[in-house]
Amino acid sequence: MNGKTVETDVEPQRLLVETLRDELGLTGTKVGCDTGQCGTCVVQLDGLSVKSCLVLTVQTEAHEVTTIEGVAPEGGLDAVQESLRKEHGTQCGFCTPGVVMSLRDLLEREKEPSEERIREWLTGTLCRCTGYHSIVRGAQGVAAASVAVPAAGS
Amino acid sequence: MSAGRRVLGVASDCREDPQLLRGEATFIADVELPRMTHMAILGSEHAHALIKGIDTSAAEAMPGVLKVVTAADFANVMPLPCIWIPGGVESHFPPHPYGLPGSRPLLSGDRVRHVGDQIAAVVAETAWQAHAALKAIRVDYELLPVVTRADDAIAEGAPQLHEAVPGNLNAYWTCGNKEATERALADAEVKVELDLVNQRTINSPMEPRGAVGHYVAATDDYTLYASTQGPHNHRFLLAALVLGIPFNKLRVIAPTVGGSFGTKGYLYPDMALVLLLSKMLGRPVKWVDTRTGLMRSTVQGRDHRQHVTLAGTRDGRITGLHCTSYANLGAYPSTIGPGVATALMGRSISGMYQIPAAFCEVYVAFTNTVPLGAQRGSGRAEATFLMERLVDRYATEIGMDPAEVRRKNLVPNDAFPYENGLGWTYDSGSYRENFDKALELAGYTDMDERKAEARGRGKRLGVGIACYVAICGVGPSTRMSQEGMLGGTWESSNIRVHPTGEVSATVGSASTGQSHYTVYAQVVADELGIDPAQVQVMEADTLRAPYGQGTYGSRSFSMAGPSLALTARKVKEKMRRAAAALFQVDVDKVVYGEDGVIFVQGERETQSKTFADLAMALWYGWNLPPEIEPTIDETTFFDPPDFNYPFGTHVAVVEVDELTGQTEVVSYTAVDDAGFVGNPTIVKGQIEGSIVHGFGQALMEQAVYDEQGNLVTADFRNYALPRAADVPFFQLDRTETPTPHNPLGAKGAGEIATVPPAAAVVNAVVNALADLGVQHLDMPLTPEKVWRQLNPEGVAP
Repeated sequence: MNGKTVETDVEPQRLLVETLRDELGLTGTKVGCDTGQCGTCVVQLDGLSVKSCLVLTVQTEAHEVTTIEGVAPEGGLDAVQESLRKEHGTQCGFCTPGVVMSLRDLLEREKEPSEERIREWLTGTLCRCTGYHSIVRGAQGVAAASVAVPAAGS
Repeated sequence: MSAGRRVLGVASDCREDPQLLRGEATFIADVELPRMTHMAILGSEHAHALIKGIDTSAAEAMPGVLKVVTAADFANVMPLPCIWIPGGVESHFPPHPYGLPGSRPLLSGDRVRHVGDQIAAVVAETAWQAHAALKAIRVDYELLPVVTRADDAIAEGAPQLHEAVPGNLNAYWTCGNKEATERALADAEVKVELDLVNQRTINSPMEPRGAVGHYVAATDDYTLYASTQGPHNHRFLLAALVLGIPFNKLRVIAPTVGGSFGTKGYLYPDMALVLLLSKMLGRPVKWVDTRTGLMRSTVQGRDHRQHVTLAGTRDGRITGLHCTSYANLGAYPSTIGPGVATALMGRSISGMYQIPAAFCEVYVAFTNTVPLGAQRGSGRAEATFLMERLVDRYATEIGMDPAEVRRKNLVPNDAFPYENGLGWTYDSGSYRENFDKALELAGYTDMDERKAEARGRGKRLGVGIACYVAICGVGPSTRMSQEGMLGGTWESSNIRVHPTGEVSATVGSASTGQSHYTVYAQVVADELGIDPAQVQVMEADTLRAPYGQGTYGSRSFSMAGPSLALTARKVKEKMRRAAAALFQVDVDKVVYGEDGVIFVQGERETQSKTFADLAMALWYGWNLPPEIEPTIDETTFFDPPDFNYPFGTHVAVVEVDELTGQTEVVSYTAVDDAGFVGNPTIVKGQIEGSIVHGFGQALMEQAVYDEQGNLVTADFRNYALPRAADVPFFQLDRTETPTPHNPLGAKGAGEIATVPPAAAVVNAVVNALADLGVQHLDMPLTPEKVWRQLNPEGVAP
């Protein structure tokens, strides 16, 4: 769990999101819909983004779980968070942790996703505030920054 | 406008964002108190039924269950009030103290009137246990006939919902000039009519509602944590009007609120239940709604069935406008539901146009559906839809370009303040400039080529325009009282200057995602000439901010913002007076510089004090004349002379797929005018989100009730919201026409761009299908609905 080994006893039917929030106090992961539609509960399981309301806690035994609490360097923001901050890719912020976790997955596997690809990727996320524009711009910003970094160093 | 604006009116990062991005903000579900218990609420599975009995014994025996309550436990608790009685409409409900009508009990005892109507509540050690116990409550129902449409509800022989309301008619409300309008229609060269359904939609903030009640017996104090956009209002409604406890015994705190769009300003039974149950149990009680629970109990929006008529000349001059609307109020009048269904809609129907004769009548009816309330752009979106559909229909009828018809009828700049004949007096506007800018940006004149090009790809391209005026800045208390609002609608602010030169500002609003902490700090810093980082902003806690009304109707920046500016000016005045005493000069000689340095005129180099110097001097209180009190702590209650009226023009370009009927919005241009804009970053985000909300209504969103009154669309598997792949980037621009009604010149912004997109998109789709003879389609424009227009014979069975 976020780089540490965590042991906890859970009933077989307990959802990962419930364990995260209620047992481990990791409340950055949100519950928005109960049916796996909204994406506010997205975390990474072995690096892949998953909806933690659709995963049983017992399925994560001996796997790596990363939540929003585990992504930012101490006191700072990771590249996705930083880019979303620049683009004001939040408003109410309720879907934001899920968006960050979802985009981290995309941007780790694809360095320069097209706008279309980013929008398609975000299909698992519902946001009612931003209309997705600032979120998509945020994702594009990460891609642009990651291209710019080696160029600047060369 | 002050000349020294440096940090206000410019884009800046939002101070709220890092916390949100790190998942560290506390939303209602994250609130934890020692010895917390958990509440779940039983909602009715039937839309209309008598309750012959409720057996809670099995639930009470379930593991972890601490308490099960029904209506009988709250016989002495006053019903939830409705505080907007439009036009002095007669109230059929029992009176409250302070002259307000009651509308619904905390829990329904003998009868349920909509699916989700609250019947019982369980408190248990865990939320799981509470929800499990709900299933053990046995309710003996006797089913009653159901009605879900407003026009059906007021027809003869309809099922009756409330004994006190014969015919289910809550109100017959009108505005405008009936005789003149009928004459205009009778004399018209051209008359066009439309029957419109503005479907019911579900607002769907991503955070479901929640509440935590904490009663402390030792001091007899109640604290409510709630996902509310109006903590002060909820304190007023709960303390004075429901619980009947002294005002100073209730504190209401809104933690971070995950979106609202209107729904979280209403008083709901759960808010009172957690407080009363906390007192009964001596422990804090927490309740967090589920998505389905939200969809079946939180206020829903829109829902009018309308017959509208426009009269005009053959050369494109609109001469009359008539609207008959049947508004669906749902099962009970929500806190301000009746006002949403009437004044907000009816007085807005003429939009940007100068129409000599207009009249609107609204039949407001009770039905077996979830109570109606506000939804982003409430009333104004419904009004704009009917007007903008009618204009297109009229343009087709007289064979004129819809843009040309609009241009001919826009209210000219020299007509302001402009009385629209329906009850609104528009404050200021430059409609023509705004309109032309939008059309130019959209490339409106190139559409014929684009249509031909699209046709070659199997797509039908359509273009739709929508213009709007949106009443915002709900604030003039006297004006609102004339509308039937039973409560003040001013806004307050306080600024306290600390001895070391930092500032705390408190306001009565409550952000639900509008970055208030950022923009209010900009207002204060700008006025005082200090760094925004020196300004702490506090809101959303009734103990911290003395009084206030909350965030609704796009009022925060144009109500609390000006209030803060006026308070900051009081701060500056006191600093000047103190400086005059310290410099021993006349106060007229003291200048408060734009950089926050206070100096003697012409002697800045030798006779000056910094903001922090004076803050400390006032804290010590030495060497001040007796008429100057120590420290600076200033307050303003701002009640503007009238509303403000933002406006704008949106242009949608859609492509309809010939094979599937799928509509894709391929470009969208919006030019909005919200007067002075405090932080363009924030407003841009709100505009973008608002437009997509409008797309939702146009293309996919609909609360569907079946004939038994079941809400078929009670979760996100059945209720469609726009997703990222459904929208393109937009072309945005703005014009800036300040309002004279507040010292910032700011107009409402948060929801205004939700007002026109439904009309723009539907106009575009109808335009795309015009050669098939399509004159109107009811929303949502699902692929199936559009496909049936393309394939009128359907598919052989």
